[in-house]
Amino acid sequence: MSGRLVLAAALGAAVLAPLVAPTYQALLMLPFMAYAVALLGLNLLFGYTGLVSFGHALFLGIGAYTGAFLTSVFRVRSMEVILVAAAALGALVAAPVGALCVRYVKIYFGMLTLAFGMVFYTFVLKFYRLTGGDEGMPFLRPALLGRSLEGLSKIDYLVGPYYYYSLAVLVLATLVMWRIVRSPFGLCLKTIRDNPTKAETLGIGVARYRWYAFVISAVYAAVGGALLGPPTGNVDPTLAYWTQSGNIVFMTLLGGFASFFGPVLGACRSSRSGG
Amino acid sequence: MILRAEGLRKLYGEVCALDGVSLAIDAGEFVSIIGPNGAGKSTLINVLTGVLRPTAGAVTFKDRDVSGLGPARLARLGIARSFQLVQIFPDLTVLETLQAAVVSRLGRGTRLFASLAADREVQEGAIDVAELFGLGEKRHVPAKQLPQGDKKLLDVASAFALRPELILLDEPTSGVSTADKTTIMESLVSASKRIGVRAIIQVEHDMDIVFAYSDRIIALHEGRVLADGPPAAIEADRRVVDTVVGRRARAG
Repeated sequence: MSGRLVLAAALGAAVLAPLVAPTYQALLMLPFMAYAVALLGLNLLFGYTGLVSFGHALFLGIGAYTGAFLTSVFRVRSMEVILVAAAALGALVAAPVGALCVRYVKIYFGMLTLAFGMVFYTFVLKFYRLTGGDEGMPFLRPALLGRSLEGLSKIDYLVGPYYYYSLAVLVLATLVMWRIVRSPFGLCLKTIRDNPTKAETLGIGVARYRWYAFVISAVYAAVGGALLGPPTGNVDPTLAYWTQSGNIVFMTLLGGFASFFGPVLGACRSSRSGG
Repeated sequence: MILRAEGLRKLYGEVCALDGVSLAIDAGEFVSIIGPNGAGKSTLINVLTGVLRPTAGAVTFKDRDVSGLGPARLARLGIARSFQLVQIFPDLTVLETLQAAVVSRLGRGTRLFASLAADREVQEGAIDVAELFGLGEKRHVPAKQLPQGDKKLLDVASAFALRPELILLDEPTSGVSTADKTTIMESLVSASKRIGVRAIIQVEHDMDIVFAYSDRIIALHEGRVLADGPPAAIEADRRVVDTVVGRRARAG
């Protein structure tokens, strides 16, 4: 019960923040909410399945670049379309990458994911004509729920509609993940984390479940990546660099991967300290 | 015939752990596999349950060739096992451990958005098995906090929660007190009847338990079947007495 009160208070504070907090503080909440979505997914893999990915910046990058491509090349400005496309592309890339990576565990899994992350980083850095290389690509202001909101100043847009949009996505992502970890699927992941040999003899296909967790976590990271784009208005390769993968693992550790909301707290601490 | 193994051979590099082992298990049998350390007992269990792939030979389960199938697929086909060294999920409670087995048996593991707590069939199935093995009162205790005997019992109980047709138990009473040994054996025998397990194979070193519970005993030595027969015949077999059973049989 006290947990629910804390949660309600935190949600209330998040709703009121743009109205009562200084603009700078409200702006800091935007990367927090984007990273929190990504970290909910990363923790399904880390805290619930027992696999530490050092390459999840790959999916942050995919999400962010999907938004940049859609808005600046294909003139698609709907944030809903961007989020769905980012999630779909994240899943599409995660399917073969995950199929290869989940055959390994521990440091071998971590190194493989890191390698795939760096392949993507190199791709966006070197394909200058396509991605803008180290200068990156513009992520034009997306329309929210069909409203273009071009008349607002950038700050008003970010601490107003975009803030609440991001908060709604975070709440939705949290509810979905809450459901997933409390489902039969979530229980199977926990058995794999605790003892894969025993899980296998109970009929739980370990590799298959690890793959599912990998793809779901990639979808979350891609959605988080897409949310990161509008505040800066530009997406560049540093978002896909290995240090970014390290950052999100660090955020998860900072908040505590053993609890559901730990990574969200980690994202909050990290974002507010500028990390 | 529920299980048949023919010409099983398993090599670890130059070392031959199983050398042409053949056996057949009928429905209704409780079969014990005995042998000195290094005879190949655990390797045989691991090959029969898909943990190890045989170098040569075949395993058929209910007339279906299951050689080379992994443990997860064999578990779904109806073969369950427990381990010599206790295998538990340390951070899961007794109930969650049994729920995982029931979820797997019912094929509900991929239900992403279903509520586990609201699934009555899973909840009741898990509680039933917990009660059957005397773990009902400890169902909310994390497995890592259980005493050693209860950990062993949970390992065995989770295999039974799959409602298998055939169960293979690798030293089900190893590492537990004498009092716990009887509890475990009585629990698993009564659970087999209640759940409808068609055959049990156990690897066991405790000859009192082997002779008290087995319908048939298979003695292994240096990777080969030394003898295969009812307890009385095994007790009277001089080769088995000399290599495996030792003084107990001589005294008897």
